[in-house]
Amino acid sequence: MSGNAHPLRRLILVRLGIGLLTLWVISVLVFMAVSLLPGDIAQQVLGQGATAETVAAFRRELGLDQPLIQRYFAWIGGVLTGDFGNSLASGRPVADLLSARLGNTLFLAAYAAVLGVPLAVLLGLLAALWRGSLFDKSANVLTLTAISFPEFFIAYILMFWLSVQMGWFPSIADPGPSPTLADRLVRSFLPALTLVLVVTAHMMRMTRAAVVNVLGAPYIQMARLKGAPQWRIITRHALPNALAPVINVIALNIAWLITGVVIVEVVFVYPGLGQLMVDSVTNRDMPVVQACALIFAAVYILLNLLADVLAIATNPRLMHSR
Amino acid sequence: MGIARNLRHMTPTAMLGAAIIVIYAIVALFAPQLAPHGQAEIVGAQFEPWGGAYPLGTDALGRDMLSRLIWGARNTVGIALVTTALAFLIGSVAGLIAAALSGWADLILSRIVDILMAIPALIFTLLALSALGPGIVNLVLVIAVLDSTRVFRLARATAMNVMVMDYVEAARLRGEGLWWIIFREVLPNISAPLIAEFGLRFCFVFLTISALSFLGLGLPPPMADWGGMVRDNAVLITFGDSTPLLPAACIAVLTVAVNFVVDWMLHRASGLKD
Amino acid sequence: MLLQINDLKIEGKSEGGWTPILHGVDLTLERGQVMGLIGESGAGKSTLGLAAMGFVAPGLRVTGGQVLFDGTDLLALSIRKRRAMRRRIAYVAQSAAASFNPAWRLIDQFCEGPKIHHTASRAESERLARDLYAAMHLPDPDQFGLRYPHQVSGGQLQRAMVAMAMATRPDLIVFDEPTTALDVTTQIGVLAAIREVVEKAGTAAIYITHDLAVVAQMADRIKVMRHGREVEEAPTRQMMTAPTQDYTRSLWAVREFRRQPRDLPDDPVPAISVQGVFAAYGNKDVLSDLSFDIPRGATVAVVGESGSGKSTTARVITGLLPPRQGQVLLNGAPLPARLADRSRDQLRAVQMIYQMADTALNPRQTIRQILSRPLQFYRGLTGTARDTRLAELMDLIELDPARFLDRLPGELSGGQKQRIGIARALAAEPEFIICDEVTSALDQLVAEGILRLLSRLQDETGVSYMFITHDIATVRAIADAVVVMRHGKVMDQGAKAEVLDPPRHPYTQELLRSVPQPDPDWLTRRIAEGAV
Repeated sequence: MSGNAHPLRRLILVRLGIGLLTLWVISVLVFMAVSLLPGDIAQQVLGQGATAETVAAFRRELGLDQPLIQRYFAWIGGVLTGDFGNSLASGRPVADLLSARLGNTLFLAAYAAVLGVPLAVLLGLLAALWRGSLFDKSANVLTLTAISFPEFFIAYILMFWLSVQMGWFPSIADPGPSPTLADRLVRSFLPALTLVLVVTAHMMRMTRAAVVNVLGAPYIQMARLKGAPQWRIITRHALPNALAPVINVIALNIAWLITGVVIVEVVFVYPGLGQLMVDSVTNRDMPVVQACALIFAAVYILLNLLADVLAIATNPRLMHSR
Repeated sequence: MGIARNLRHMTPTAMLGAAIIVIYAIVALFAPQLAPHGQAEIVGAQFEPWGGAYPLGTDALGRDMLSRLIWGARNTVGIALVTTALAFLIGSVAGLIAAALSGWADLILSRIVDILMAIPALIFTLLALSALGPGIVNLVLVIAVLDSTRVFRLARATAMNVMVMDYVEAARLRGEGLWWIIFREVLPNISAPLIAEFGLRFCFVFLTISALSFLGLGLPPPMADWGGMVRDNAVLITFGDSTPLLPAACIAVLTVAVNFVVDWMLHRASGLKD
Repeated sequence: MLLQINDLKIEGKSEGGWTPILHGVDLTLERGQVMGLIGESGAGKSTLGLAAMGFVAPGLRVTGGQVLFDGTDLLALSIRKRRAMRRRIAYVAQSAAASFNPAWRLIDQFCEGPKIHHTASRAESERLARDLYAAMHLPDPDQFGLRYPHQVSGGQLQRAMVAMAMATRPDLIVFDEPTTALDVTTQIGVLAAIREVVEKAGTAAIYITHDLAVVAQMADRIKVMRHGREVEEAPTRQMMTAPTQDYTRSLWAVREFRRQPRDLPDDPVPAISVQGVFAAYGNKDVLSDLSFDIPRGATVAVVGESGSGKSTTARVITGLLPPRQGQVLLNGAPLPARLADRSRDQLRAVQMIYQMADTALNPRQTIRQILSRPLQFYRGLTGTARDTRLAELMDLIELDPARFLDRLPGELSGGQKQRIGIARALAAEPEFIICDEVTSALDQLVAEGILRLLSRLQDETGVSYMFITHDIATVRAIADAVVVMRHGKVMDQGAKAEVLDPPRHPYTQELLRSVPQPDPDWLTRRIAEGAV
């Protein structure tokens, strides 16, 4: 049969190329953020009282006396070898600050994704199937409400109810040094649950829309007119065609997860990347902010890239081109 | 007459949403008259309980909670509205121009937007605010620019759909200029989705500003704003006092209300086909 | 009696509640019989066809009547039992491209019916598929089913759908405009194949179409419908020769409209002269070496099937697509290739009327605004002068200014909208108007009114028309001269009689031979001639 996968491979390569290009542009943007500063960063950090010598020394330390392009390559070269420079606030290497926290954040995000994604896709599918039913209508109102809530509102409600009033879960999610997995799961349950609620609401609405769109296609009516039972229409006709849009929905919602992580970590004092970034923004600790922004951006871009590649790969028109 | 007919067809949730929006608008407009105290005025001891002179108690500095909630409507909603309007202006003008000109202008604008949207907005905002420093102007500008990308996408996509219509071709063949085509032929036909999008964007901007305030990067003190009020008083939660949930609820109720109205509008716009 | 529909009433959801779509329709069908359903848009044909399968589309509801299939009321059955009945009733949709699942091979979609209803094993159904693909004259029937829908052409896909409908050897097939989306030269083959297969299998069928000539070939009996009601029903021959109802007679009569033959003055300078035009979209050549003239005051029909380059020709003349080579002259003077380089007077001289009146008028502007703009833009008319001219224009297109000027296009019927489109072109007082398939989206009666109006306007104003169409009947009705196009090239051109009567170019012959005639023996004769 048409075993010619060439156009497909080309599409995927092009998409990968665009992804890498985007990543590069973002790295330039993140780097430039420092140079965007009105006035001199060294002066700002050290304050007005600093002597000219201290400022000059600090500038040398940051490499600010070198030309922009050279600084960029020095910085990106460091990033690629795991050296993000030193924190302005603590003087410690940024990489040391990141290492433990990155793991914590990824754990929390994965925790929420594992609970939330299957739930959201399933509920979205059911809402699309039972369109117009009581379930669909109440799901609409509930999810609309959930996406309207600020993340910290949900977080504090959960904390107030499940931690303070019921005492089931700790309100501070710090797992402490070398915790067991069970320990971690319990301690980070409330932040994870907050993320699940927010992300599920978004994802469920989008999944429903994607599936409703597919169910409206003439070939679905054709399958009905052939006498195909409902489950067969869903699993064999709708799902293969809804796969690509649903994958995109999932990837899109990683954005909500990342945004949510920042807030939720602050609320539950969870030692992750988000909390670190917020603290560093407040202290204007630029090397740390840059590192965090770059990591968040890279994760986001790579996940979207993966989703796009999967969507291309599951598109029958592209898989079996003429 | 059109409005009256629309109102009669409103769903109960949309009607509820509209009523809430009106109440918020009144509170925001008349905050100085409605609030018993000034927003920065220290009137009592720290964390006084509900009741008595301070119906909702006082905050961490001894300021009247109720007054600050009322002032918060004015500050938070006002700034969110200004930001949304700015985002809309930038996004829709750029989107319409991209759609009408197509070619290079479209390509460049679209690539810029792609890049801005390649990072989650909150991360980008944090990065920009750490570089530019906090402050209302920076806050409004950064969020407006980032949010205008979504308006751009929508305005461009809907305008593209209209641009291929024969009546636009007829106008081009007549010799009409760019502005006539954008403002007379295209804009009236995409106003419905754009208005709905304004509601959605407002919610998003409002939530983003609240989140930044909550993170301590929003409106500068002593301005009362709901996100910051949650942050300032959050410690009470662990003592079983739900007061910090009040400003958060104020945020939530308004976004729910706007979303209910927008949902109804989108539903109507998509026709009767469920 | 295979199918008996009694007093079926169906309503559809609309803005203000439920509006009737079928007002109590009866239909009876014997085994092996083919019933043609014909009517204009909004007649309720498709709703009735689907109801014959016990299917009511979302947003519709049945408010009365029965659909008895072999004695069982389909509408009263449980979902499960109704589903089981689908083995015996199959459906062929208008758009095969949309009705095949893009994720499945054609053979798998063929075998789905037999699998669901357990009528045949996989091997048996594959064998049946090969036989049916061969019977439908599909290329390489052994391998054809291995392809995906997007890998085969529109005509082939439509044949594959007919084959799929036969997969469970149904007693009844509902054909819903199965050839409407196809070009005539493709259509004739599909029609012949459908008829052959249906006759051989002895399947009963309901054949829905708006095309009288098509239904005459396919049906044993014809039912004419209008506004959700039956107008009349009779055996095909009787219906074609002696319809009893005025409405039916008016439908039949449309085909007889002929413009009075005229003598055009000998004029050395044509209104429009297309000279050696080559044009392309990107790297794809669309027009090659196109040359023809449109004399002043004349109507030149440009005829061709989809992909022939007719619409691209219009884009070159209007300046939307500058040609790679060649030029267009207006009254003997070259027109700048690009729209932006043309003077306002050159723009005024060339006007356009579109196929879809719905998309040709801005839905947010009143008729007054739509017609005022060219008056102001080209002629600087304002105030009373403009109002007087507006009233004149409305009189020209036979619409009452007081009633229509302040309405929005959405409040007008399709024919009225098309008249506004004509008025907008006339407002510029052009020398030349391009009419792009202006009647093909309209019902026949309305279309005839538009053709008569355009003829009259030409007599009164002396404007020249380029009439882009795929419909030979329209050409015969209105054209003075004809240009036949195919794949971006001119096949033949000249006065109408020279080109068409008799057709002198082989492609024109094929085109004319493929156009269905309202004679019930037409298809049989064509098959006998070996034209299919």
